[in-house]
Amino acid sequence: MDLSLSDEQKQLQDAAERFVRDKYAFENRRKIAATEKGWLTENWAQMAELGWLGMAFSEEDGGYGGGPIETMIVMEQFGKGLVLEPFLPTVVLGGGMIAKAGSKAQKEALLPPMIEGKKQFAFAWLERQSRYNLADVSLKATKEGNGWSLSGHKGVVYNAPSADHIIVLARTSGSAREEKGLTLFVVDAKAKGITRRDYPTQDALRASELTFDKVSVGADAVLGKVDDAFGVVEDAVDHAIVALCAEATGCMDAINAATLEYIKTRKQFGVPIGKFQVLQHRMVDCFTNAQEARSMTLMASLKIDDKDSVVRRKAASGAKVQIGKSGKFCGQSAVQMHGGMGVTDELSVSHYFKRLTMIDLMFGNQQHHLTRYSNLAMAA
Amino acid sequence: MDLALKPEHKAFADDVRAFARANLSPATKAKTFSGKHYDKDDHIQWQKALGRQGWLAYTWPKKYGGPGWDVTQRFLFENVLAEEGAPRIIPFGPKMVGPVIYTFGSDEQKERFLPGIRSSEVSWCQGYSEPGAGSDLASLRTKAVREGDHYIVNGQKTWTSFAHWGDWIFCLVRTSPEAKAQEGISFLLIDMKTPGVTVRPIVMLDGAHHVNDVFLDNVKVPVANRIGKEGEGWTCAKFLLANERLGIAEVPSSKRGVRSLRDIARAEPANGATLADDPAFTAQIADLDLQVQALEMSELRALSTMALGGAPGPEVSSLKIRGSEIQQRITELTMEAVGEYAAPYQPGMLFQDTNETPVGPDHAPPAAPRYFNFRKTSIYGGSNEIQKNIVSKMVLGL
Ligand SMILES: Cc1cc2nc3c(=O)[nH]c(=O)nc-3n(C[C@H](O)[C@H](O)[C@H](O)COP(=O)(O)OP(=O)(O)OC[C@H]3O[C@@H](n4cnc5c(N)ncnc54)[C@H](O)[C@@H]3O)c2cc1C
Ligand SMILES: Cc1cc2nc3c(=O)[nH]c(=O)nc-3n(C[C@H](O)[C@H](O)[C@H](O)COP(=O)(O)OP(=O)(O)OC[C@H]3O[C@@H](n4cnc5c(N)ncnc54)[C@H](O)[C@@H]3O)c2cc1C
Repeated sequence: MDLSLSDEQKQLQDAAERFVRDKYAFENRRKIAATEKGWLTENWAQMAELGWLGMAFSEEDGGYGGGPIETMIVMEQFGKGLVLEPFLPTVVLGGGMIAKAGSKAQKEALLPPMIEGKKQFAFAWLERQSRYNLADVSLKATKEGNGWSLSGHKGVVYNAPSADHIIVLARTSGSAREEKGLTLFVVDAKAKGITRRDYPTQDALRASELTFDKVSVGADAVLGKVDDAFGVVEDAVDHAIVALCAEATGCMDAINAATLEYIKTRKQFGVPIGKFQVLQHRMVDCFTNAQEARSMTLMASLKIDDKDSVVRRKAASGAKVQIGKSGKFCGQSAVQMHGGMGVTDELSVSHYFKRLTMIDLMFGNQQHHLTRYSNLAMAA
Repeated sequence: MDLALKPEHKAFADDVRAFARANLSPATKAKTFSGKHYDKDDHIQWQKALGRQGWLAYTWPKKYGGPGWDVTQRFLFENVLAEEGAPRIIPFGPKMVGPVIYTFGSDEQKERFLPGIRSSEVSWCQGYSEPGAGSDLASLRTKAVREGDHYIVNGQKTWTSFAHWGDWIFCLVRTSPEAKAQEGISFLLIDMKTPGVTVRPIVMLDGAHHVNDVFLDNVKVPVANRIGKEGEGWTCAKFLLANERLGIAEVPSSKRGVRSLRDIARAEPANGATLADDPAFTAQIADLDLQVQALEMSELRALSTMALGGAPGPEVSSLKIRGSEIQQRITELTMEAVGEYAAPYQPGMLFQDTNETPVGPDHAPPAAPRYFNFRKTSIYGGSNEIQKNIVSKMVLGL
């Protein structure tokens, strides 16, 4: 067993730390969030140049042969800076599914440009009724000549406003909520028949509601096997969950550091408020929570490529439960210990708090993953 | 002892309900149930209607123009209004400064200020906190220097709720820099139109604007606007804080919150059924429901002590603590019920009357902002840590 980072991984961590320090000072981040698309082309280009967009892909696919640990390393730093560039939807989800399920032609057409920073993706799976059930999909794809026609609705599709391609999860057969009968399609974001309603999210990202009205795609748009996408999707989402957990760990470190600094300097009753034992103990609990979150994230990052799918699924759900719990504790505590300042827009704490809150709601909250983990553990 | 209502109390509740249905504007009521922010008119029109009925200052004794209700009537009044979707009464006039004035003020001050409070003609705000004096309120530094029959006031107040709507502000100011912290403080009423008063908005984490900084720059305040003796402002302040902590438990609106949470669970799809069919979720609502009942019964016990002539004691701090935690938990569970559709941020749907449609279900737009915003309930009115310090010292003798 060895839980230390290699030299290359340490360099990656340093570079990501530097990026966040240079580009994501809090007031800079506020400016980026206020731009129309909500992220910066120059930052994305720099991520490509630094090799981050390709690090988790095999050399065969044009990448640099890394894996979940590399993703964990950069996502953690992104969490510290509340980075807004669409790394998760494009690289982890989109790139991940294409690498896993794509044909040779699809990989060649999509992965190298993504790795160079020239193509972005969005993953459209959620529908109004889906809640956290990945198989609760009713957007329909029906055969049309050689190709397919897609009709239906997708919601809260992160990065849809900027994506070049939308990866759509559609029902090609089977009944509602059946895992069998789901198919992935890579659809040009500008395809005729797609209507977008764009909006910002609580945590300053961008997302859209998408309506598909008889959107025609060729047979070559199918990603993976027809009717058989569920496993690919579940695995991609589990990878995304682990990446999100790493981001949350970074958020917790940052919010804890800011709070610690605050309670050392803010004075009431003639002393720094950090002298009050109740705040000391709460601060200790924040650090313990962040430690647990880091541990579960590391464990999940090490297990998420395991051969056994039960191991992978338990690892992702286990980490997500921890992140939900720890994120809530650290976020709420940080706000509380800042007093009135904690509920203002002015300080960064409230922005970390909002991001941690939204991370819990993404791809299944604490309660959902506790149930999923419990079912997997009881079945074993 | 009896929990059941007497016939005359039932009739009273019916009267209150009929009044609310006749006088509460449908637009205001809709905002309550959809979680939209009220504007000034929503509050003031409703409060003026209550004022005309003689019900705005509903906790006041008859002698000062209140209805002189008993504990049960107050309880019913608050509950029926919450059920009917009335905005909460902005407390600064009728619940805070009003009782201070009729308890500590001169006859002349009572005549001058109480009618405007009872009718909601005059809006008040509370100038206690300062940047350096939050939990440690007695360390406040706003200075009032006597010059003839005026004070010249200099300093900064902060977190002042609704100062941007306020006509008057009641302030704690330091009139004697030499005295020990609490002893040099006086209670002043300041007309917000006086030259030197500047209000600057503070934007909250959900994008809302309710609180403000208030700058006081050489503001000339007549000595006649001081309540009580010079240097005895702390007595007024403490009297007022105890009243504030009682109201802050917000039991009636929490009961409404639990009801609406159940409605949302019934409306939210989950695995081909609704969230109401998920026992893991409904058990969490039940747990909240029971917490609200315990809180309500504790508040009723405190009120019945007061009815026998007792003042609200330090144990009301416990009610504030649990009340705030419950409000926060309601907003948290509501957001979790909405799930991923809590993510779209639609400020237009919260603050303005727009034709914008919600991205998700109707109940989704306010869900996350309310959760964020309600973190304030364990901070304002004295933070929960401070309330616990009070209980441990005053009740437990630690
Ligand atoms: C099963 C058992 C085995 C033990 N084995 C050994 C042993 O092998 N060798 C040995 O030397 N001792 C041993 N101990 C003793 C143990 O270390 C003490 O019980 C412990 O240090 C607490 O001391 P106390 O019991 O006097 O409680 P106290 O010190 O009186 O504490 C009472 C309570 O006050 C709290 N408290 C005290 N000070 C503070 C503070 N500053 N801030 C906040 N809270 C505070 C404590 O956390 C505790 O909740 C053992 C105790 C137990 C119960
Ligand atoms: C939405 C909102 C509306 C408000 N409206 C008004 C208003 O209308 N008028 C008005 O005058 N004020 C108002 N306030 C101010 C409010 O009363 C203060 O925010 C509150 O008293 C806390 O003070 P602070 O923000 O300076 O935090 P601080 O006092 O700096 O506290 C920071 C943290 O330290 C903790 N702490 C401080 N002292 C101790 C201690 N001795 N022991 C343990 N923990 C401690 C606190 O609990 C808190 O967690 C409002 C505040 C908010 C958020």
